[in-house]
Amino acid sequence: MNLKSLIRHETFLALLLVAVLIVLSFQSDRFFTVSNLLNQGRLMTETGLIAIAMTFVIATGGIDLSVGSILGLVAILTGVFWHNVGMPLGLAAVAAIAVGTFAGFVNGLIITRFRVPPLIATLATLALYRGLAEGISQARSVRGYPDWFYVLGQGEVLGVPTQLWILVAAAIIASVILAYTRWGRTVYAIGSNEVASRFSGLSVEKTKLALYTASGFAAAVAAVIFVSRVSTTRSDMGTGIELDAITAVVLGGTSIFGGRGTILGTVIGLCLIQALKNGLSLAGVKGDGTIMLIGAVLILAILASNLFERSGTR
Amino acid sequence: MAMSVDLPPTRPASAARRPGFLSRLFAEYGQEIVVLAAIVVLFIVVTMVNPRFISANNLTTIFAGNAYIAVAAIGMSMVIVTGNIDVSVGALIGVLATISGTLAVAGYPVWVAWFFPVLVGMAIMGVQGVLVAYARIPSIVVTLGAMSILRGGLISVTGGTWISGLPSEFLLAQQRWFGVPSPIVMMVVLTVLAFLWMRYSAFGRSLYAVGGNPEAALATGIPIERRIVAVFVIHGAFAGLATILFATQLQVIQSTVPPNLELTVITASVIGGVSILGGSGTVIGSTLATILFAAIGSALIFVNVSAYWLRAVIGLLILATVLADMMRRRGKA
Repeated sequence: MNLKSLIRHETFLALLLVAVLIVLSFQSDRFFTVSNLLNQGRLMTETGLIAIAMTFVIATGGIDLSVGSILGLVAILTGVFWHNVGMPLGLAAVAAIAVGTFAGFVNGLIITRFRVPPLIATLATLALYRGLAEGISQARSVRGYPDWFYVLGQGEVLGVPTQLWILVAAAIIASVILAYTRWGRTVYAIGSNEVASRFSGLSVEKTKLALYTASGFAAAVAAVIFVSRVSTTRSDMGTGIELDAITAVVLGGTSIFGGRGTILGTVIGLCLIQALKNGLSLAGVKGDGTIMLIGAVLILAILASNLFERSGTR
Repeated sequence: MAMSVDLPPTRPASAARRPGFLSRLFAEYGQEIVVLAAIVVLFIVVTMVNPRFISANNLTTIFAGNAYIAVAAIGMSMVIVTGNIDVSVGALIGVLATISGTLAVAGYPVWVAWFFPVLVGMAIMGVQGVLVAYARIPSIVVTLGAMSILRGGLISVTGGTWISGLPSEFLLAQQRWFGVPSPIVMMVVLTVLAFLWMRYSAFGRSLYAVGGNPEAALATGIPIERRIVAVFVIHGAFAGLATILFATQLQVIQSTVPPNLELTVITASVIGGVSILGGSGTVIGSTLATILFAAIGSALIFVNVSAYWLRAVIGLLILATVLADMMRRRGKA
């Protein structure tokens, strides 16, 4: 059964993660400390939130390339609504998140109503949303937020970075939805065989519309956390984050063709990438070397799981 | 879905026999014609607002300055026609340009500096093709990984420095052939050759079969794996040729990856009519689409729209074109 190979991929990945953690902790005594690990959690929240939503999207056989641009647009709008329009900051953030969610909804409409393939639809909106961010910002950034706003991106709750709580909550809720609800099963069904799902009376279009909307929402929330973490807004924020998120999802065992994948896998994939990034930078490898390694890990992990799977099922 | 029971109107036998030349042309090259019409309309409208738009100088900027994108989009179109995709091409062009510039500055003959990167491009894409065809890793995953490796590798080796002191005979893109800027000649010649090759050669036709219906292709005896590797190698060659034009435009080469270049190339292919689902599309469309984007970018400047809105306008146009294409296809079905 499919479940068996799923378990195998995640076990394999978890073992890889443990091995990486052990190797890295020998490389630098600063790596395996609570403060460092918590800080890494802080850094992976934005990509993490996007990757969790992306897991659903990819599990239906779709993709959302526009999340990085939505992040940039929402970041800019948060600043503009607050600073230029004069809304209270809390309201500005909520309004910006609403716009980001709507941007995701538009993606969903284009994909479900006009039957544009998700890759093309979100490629087009990637350009559009980033363009809107650039046009609205006119290359100006907004800084100087009130102190309470930084709690989200730089503060702690019970000794743990605030946004890490959000990520953990999102991961738990998402994995329950995907694994145990009728709605989650629908996601897998669409990814396995969309036509059959439609004939079985599943609401394929509604589900997809909801997923792309959720993806926009996740990117929007990530944007507000991002602004709070780095204390400024820029229109190029989030450039390339879609690729980081897709890497985490695919590394986590979600099939790019849809039909299988778990939130747990995505979370392990995320941790693996973040551990590599951090461990290597502590070991003195520059960020660019790390990017290379992530690319290699992505290809090798899928290669390895393909080999396992072929010896098992075919 | 509701079934239509309307019968087609009866027509005289002579007219029913064969659709006219124009309607056949439109049925086959609809998207190319739409893009061409958009270019013509754009040129007419912008020139009426600001006649300097069609000055020789500006036309050179539009056509010659973006020819490398069109050349890269030829290879990309072939990859997409087989049902695959490549997101690493931008990073590859950055790497190849750096190799090319380094060779030129080191004193190698210019033809070595031009054509050695083409071979490197073919080799790198060949490896990716093998991973896609034989290891059965989806092309989006392979090329996503390759993009990280190439981009990270480039910056960690060069540190993002600029290569300067390029010998003047190296600057191919600044030359004129038969009185025309060389990039335009290369773009047109390569587009026409690739179009004829894809349309009339057995190999070219087989690419459409691989993308359109792999099972049928296999049943016809087309070696799918070998075709996919071959198409990636050819795509690598076009990326190398694009690099020659890209690297020899200016006196300096910035040894980083041009941002979003892969998206521009993919978008040109798709807007030009190459179906992302594989199996259809021509490279004439992708070249026309490249020209359209370049012309839009230039037009905005000439009608005094802030450069900051450039991407939003292009994004909106891409979206409009995609939606129009989907409506057209549905109308046909």
